[in-house]
Amino acid sequence: MATLKEVKTKITAVKKTKQITKAMNMVATSKLRGAQQKMDAFRPYALKFADVLGSLAEKAGEEASPLLIPREEVKKIHVILCTSDRGLCGGFNSHLVSKAEKFAKEKSEQSIEVVFTNFGKKGRNWCRKNGFLILDEHLGIVGAKFGFNIATIVGQRAVDGFLDEEYDEVYIIYSEFISMGRQIPAIKQILPIQPVESSEKKAEDKETPYLAEHICEPSTDELLGDMLPKNICVQLYSALLETSTSEHAARMTAMDNATKACNDIVDSLTLAYNKARQASITADLMDIVGGAEALKG
Amino acid sequence: MAGNIRLEVVTPEASVVSEDAQIVVGPGTLGEFGILIGHTPFLTTLKLGTLRYKDANGVEKFVFISAGFAEALPDKVTILAESAERRRDIDMERVKQALKRAQERLASKKPDVDYERARAALQRALYRIRLAETRS
Repeated sequence: MATLKEVKTKITAVKKTKQITKAMNMVATSKLRGAQQKMDAFRPYALKFADVLGSLAEKAGEEASPLLIPREEVKKIHVILCTSDRGLCGGFNSHLVSKAEKFAKEKSEQSIEVVFTNFGKKGRNWCRKNGFLILDEHLGIVGAKFGFNIATIVGQRAVDGFLDEEYDEVYIIYSEFISMGRQIPAIKQILPIQPVESSEKKAEDKETPYLAEHICEPSTDELLGDMLPKNICVQLYSALLETSTSEHAARMTAMDNATKACNDIVDSLTLAYNKARQASITADLMDIVGGAEALKG
Repeated sequence: MAGNIRLEVVTPEASVVSEDAQIVVGPGTLGEFGILIGHTPFLTTLKLGTLRYKDANGVEKFVFISAGFAEALPDKVTILAESAERRRDIDMERVKQALKRAQERLASKKPDVDYERARAALQRALYRIRLAETRS
């Protein structure tokens, strides 16, 4: 049996760990709130944007923008991988990375070259380790405060690269925030732009065809040509927001579990400590009683 | 006046304006446009500039807009802008810093400077300053 002192040190150590996990849990909770607020603030913009874009896309022909045309032969694809900078958030990053790994493997088997743009240190480290070409990396974005401009910069670069035929398809891997307890890694093709189905359906639901008699200035095609690249930025921004929110939610859950585990360990250690203490007291008593008996003789 | 039209200015980060206006005048890429209630459905791109509107009490207000879109419906105008600020919310300290940064970047002869972006930043800063300094 461990000595009293050993057990005591261990208890103190676990309690300290618990303090840390608890603090991290609380930090994650408050950051999560901030991230969710940002998501809420972004929603009206995104909805309106999708609305207008959807109805415009219906009116314009397929040739409106080169961003709509799929390439006949796909040789190289560009993946934007969003992960967090820091660990201690359960399986969050490993889920994302394994998704990316599976995807990259699939594509490599079709002899398609895969290049990456990374948000977050974890994804970048994985790319480095596996020898993927990294076009660009952005640290300190996911999980922190960031503005729309970062999405604009990266989005514009992706669009430029696509138009210069540096790569033939662009995907984004991010974590979809479903609920506090559920965040699943998702993959989305952002270039070439796929026909907007959801908004078409929405438009059908409405009694009057939305935007039917809009005057467009400049022409519909030009407007669409202007809006489509921006749509990439909007999608990117929303993916970044979701990943950030997911990261905090994942960390919160992970830290909550860790705190609980600490409690369990402290309980069982305290039990061991008390038992050891009891045993030593009993042993001491036995000695004294034994000694007294011997003196009585 | 027949009535007021609803004006919404939204950016990805926040909803900047949401109120009733008597008239809205915005900087379209093909020229300035004014919108009153009952306007024909209308969609246009916006360039860097100032959105003016008269609120329900007839007070004229100004909002800085960097490029975006405007959609007008008979009873509602929605402005989607990448960034927008009411005139009174313009932070002069920040703008001046941004201006200085942009000027330095343009003046430096380093090859990795993105001139296009720096010039756009410079323009935005200048426009904000001009707007903040015109008091009506």
